[in-house]
Parts: sequence; C-alpha cells; structure tokens
Amino acid sequence: MNPIKSLIKEMAEKHGRSRESLLPIMLAVVEREKYLSEYSMIEIARQIDIPAAEVYGTATFYSFIETKPTGQYIIRICKTITCAMKGKNQVLFAIQDMLKIKLGETTPDKRFSLLETNCLGWCHKAPAMMINNEVYTELTPEKVRDILSGYIKINEQIIN
Amino acid sequence: MAISHQLKRVDFIFNNENDWEKVLSATLKKKPVDLINELISSELKGRGGAGFPTGLKWKLASEAKADAKYIICNADEGEPGTFKDREILSKVPYKVLTAMAVCGYITGAKEGFIYLRGEYKFLEPELNKAIDEFQYYCKEIKFEFKITIFMGSGAYICGEETALMESMEGKRGEPRNKPPFPTQAGYLGKPTVINNVETLVHTFTIFKYGAKKFYDLGVQYSRGTKLFSVSGDTPKPGIYELELGMSLQDFVYEFGDGDTKAVQVGGASGFLVPRKKFKDAAIGFKGKLTGISLPTGGSMMLFNSSRSMYNVLDNYLEFFREESCGQCTPCRVGCQQLLLGIKAVKRGEKPASYLDKLLRLTETMQLTAKCGLGQSVANSFSSIVENFQEEMIY
Repeated sequence: MNPIKSLIKEMAEKHGRSRESLLPIMLAVVEREKYLSEYSMIEIARQIDIPAAEVYGTATFYSFIETKPTGQYIIRICKTITCAMKGKNQVLFAIQDMLKIKLGETTPDKRFSLLETNCLGWCHKAPAMMINNEVYTELTPEKVRDILSGYIKINEQIIN
Repeated sequence: MAISHQLKRVDFIFNNENDWEKVLSATLKKKPVDLINELISSELKGRGGAGFPTGLKWKLASEAKADAKYIICNADEGEPGTFKDREILSKVPYKVLTAMAVCGYITGAKEGFIYLRGEYKFLEPELNKAIDEFQYYCKEIKFEFKITIFMGSGAYICGEETALMESMEGKRGEPRNKPPFPTQAGYLGKPTVINNVETLVHTFTIFKYGAKKFYDLGVQYSRGTKLFSVSGDTPKPGIYELELGMSLQDFVYEFGDGDTKAVQVGGASGFLVPRKKFKDAAIGFKGKLTGISLPTGGSMMLFNSSRSMYNVLDNYLEFFREESCGQCTPCRVGCQQLLLGIKAVKRGEKPASYLDKLLRLTETMQLTAKCGLGQSVANSFSSIVENFQEEMIY
C-alpha cells in the first residue's frame, strides 16, 4: 500500500474515524510529507467519511498546513513587531542570499522553503525563526548562516 | 492620577517545590463547594486577557447538568509580545495538570485537553512525559482524569475559546455566537471549562496556600499577581511575575531604556500608551477608581524614540489582516481597509482627515464584529492614531 495511504489509515484507527480526528490526521501527514497533497486530502476524507471539500476547507484555514509541495525543511521567520524591530530583515536577506530563493519559494533541490509567519512567542529573544519544529532565537546574519550550513551539511552526508 | 505602587516582584508561579502530589491529594479531600468558594473569595480573574472571574466560571460549569463535561487548558498563546505560557508549560507543567484535575473534580469532568499552539510543538514530548507521570499518580490515588494534548496549527484566532473548540472538533477555527457560553455548551456541545495556562497555575497557588495569600496581593478589582512578558526596547527582556495594579510609570522606570516613547500593553489587540500618559495608567482590570486601567494578557512591548509608530501600526494591521478568520465582514474587510487606508494617507494619496474616517470604521468594527479579534483592532488603532497623528501623516 502507498505509505501515505497506510499512514492515514493507521492514524484514523488511532484517533477514531470522527470529525474530531481531522486535525490530528492532517498534522500527521504534514509531519511526514511537509504538506498535504490532494491525494492525502481525498484519502483522509474517505477514511473519516466526510466530503473532500471539507478537508480542503479546514486544511487551508491553518497556516502551518501547506497544500502545495514544499521543501524538506520549512523555514518560518517571524515578522511580527518585536522581531521586525530587532533586525528580522537583515536575517531574511542573509537567508535569501545564501539559499538563492525569495520569500514563498522553494530551492530547486527541494531542500528548503522560505516563509514568513506571525508571532512565534520568542519576542524577548528576537529575532526568531523555526525550521520545521525546531526554534532558533536571537538571530543575526552570521548566526543564521551557521545554522543553515549545518542543515546543508546534514543533507550532503545523507546524499554521500 | 493613579496611586503609585512600587513594583513588587513575586515568585509564586515558577517557585517549584515539587509538591504537586501532596497538593492534589489534599485538595481532592475537600468538598467541591468549599473549593469553589475559596476560588471566588480569591477574586482570581482570567489571565488570558478577558478577565472573567475564574471561580464563577467553575461554579457555572459545576452546576450544568450533562452526561459529559470537559476541561480545556488554552495554550494557544498567539498574542504578539506574549510568551509566558510556554515558560509555564516547560518549567512547571505539573501545576497546570494538577489544576486541570482539580477543576475536573469540582465540575465533574473526566477528561481534559491542552490545546497547544503549533509553534510550541517542540514542547510536546516533555509535556507528554509529564502527563504520563501525572496519570500514573492519579491511578495510584484512584482518581479518574484523562489529559491529552491537542495540537493547533498556526492560527491566532484559535486562542478565542469558541474558535478553539471548533478547531478541536476538526473544523475551521471560526468563533461561534455567544451565548451559549462554553460552560453550558462548549466542546462537542458539552459544558466545558476553558482557562488560560496561567489562570490554572494561579488556582494551584490558591489551593495550596489558601485564597487570602492571593487576595492580599494586588489592588481592588485586580487581585493577585500576573506574569508579564516584557520585550522590545528594554535592557532586560523576559518574563516577570509582578503584583497587579502597578502604575505604568513605575514599570517603565524599572524596564525602560531611559528613552521609552510608548508602551504597548496587552499585545497588538491592546492599547498603546504614550509617554505623557504613563503616570495616569495602571495595569489591572477595569473598575479601578482613578486614572486609566489597562487589562492585559501580560504582553508589555516597549518602544523608544527611534521607532516609527507608523511602522508599528502597519505591522499590527498586517497581522490582523492575516489572522482575521474572514467569517464576519466588519473584521475581514475592516482589517484590509484600515491597512490600505493608513498606507494611502502616508503616501499622500488621501488627506489627513481620512484618518478620522478610519477611526469611525474601527468604531463600527468594535460594535459589529463577532468576536474579540475584530472588536479589539480599534484599541491599538485608535490609541496609536490619536496619540501619534503626525507620524501617521508625515
């Protein structure tokens, strides 16, 4: 069976085939694939027996559920007031310059996607960003280059 | 003029004596009605920002008749400038869990949830460990109460209690009409108590030390202590537990960088107070006799004179435009138009008098928006535009 199909089935069994399980199932798929494909949405709808449009409607409400393919690492940089005041733009330029992508884009090798997000709750250690579920705070252009180099190195090791 | 209070640092919340087992078993021996009275006499009000009396909320839920009831801990901390709940959940999770279980005991609920915002997913493993240990102890003392974490996924509006319940039911997080209030019909239509993380920890303090110790702190109508998330232009950003009722002047004296131009109290949905009004403003719930009283979820953002208030407002409005759930027109269209409006005034495409029209729009939003998000946009908008009009235009 398709691995995503079996994941959805497994999650539906774990959480129960009711509407309340919709968000936990979607999040499990996003955790695995980083985004929710049309295929996944239809499959989830089939499993908990609701219209696929309802799944789509719910999924698109939540900003951490992407419905378009994304990179393996989703970078979400906080743009709310304190981070904006404490140099978020310089950090953002450093990321864009290093990965050669703009906001909302994904690197051609499908490793990184770059997004902005609203308050992450780290205002006392601004500026902050998340890479997948990992949080990085008190960023500077130098620090963010180090962090990204770390991620790039992991990838190279996996490839070799 | 507000009465000046010295800032008083208190250490209840993070003071961890690791005695939750003792507190839990001792509290469960008392009668629910006595516990409710204790809570009511402490005059604890909700710490998420709205300030509903906690004792009354628990009383209403305990009186509701239903085959199932639920307790929800609201950890969808999305207000810009607040980060206290994350600290509580990572440092003293057992206090939160104990308070939830006691609430279950009082109201007759057998199940509780922690709605954790997606941004705090990294807390999930540790929190699950704490829950396992907690459940183990409950089993030992033969007390039945199940707690599970429900993950949110990046939606500010889900911090609104009814939107949060919609979200838990697997729907778009759109606020419901009130009434019915959650204590009558909440999650799955059952009576539900939903409290902010910090509120729950305060109930732990009250059950442990008694209501008097809590009541003796703070001022009339604003009893007890509060966690403040301090950020912005300050030499010491961080989380501080302070007595309620302090004057903003004292706060700025303690936390300002010597050049504080304005303080945003209560996050983007709160009020901006300019320097000239510091001495008249006090931090606490409405009902204080003198000066301006500012209720807050604990977000305190300081701005010094290098900051443009236009940029601040622009940032807030962009936040609201994105986070508005889009369900009701005043909020959905209002937020968009406010942002377009201030940009047009700044560029000179609209006359300065256009700001008055925008202020009237925020009044309309305050009156007609369905939930707190749309209603509270007026707070920051009017307090910034009225106090810093010249910065909006030039």
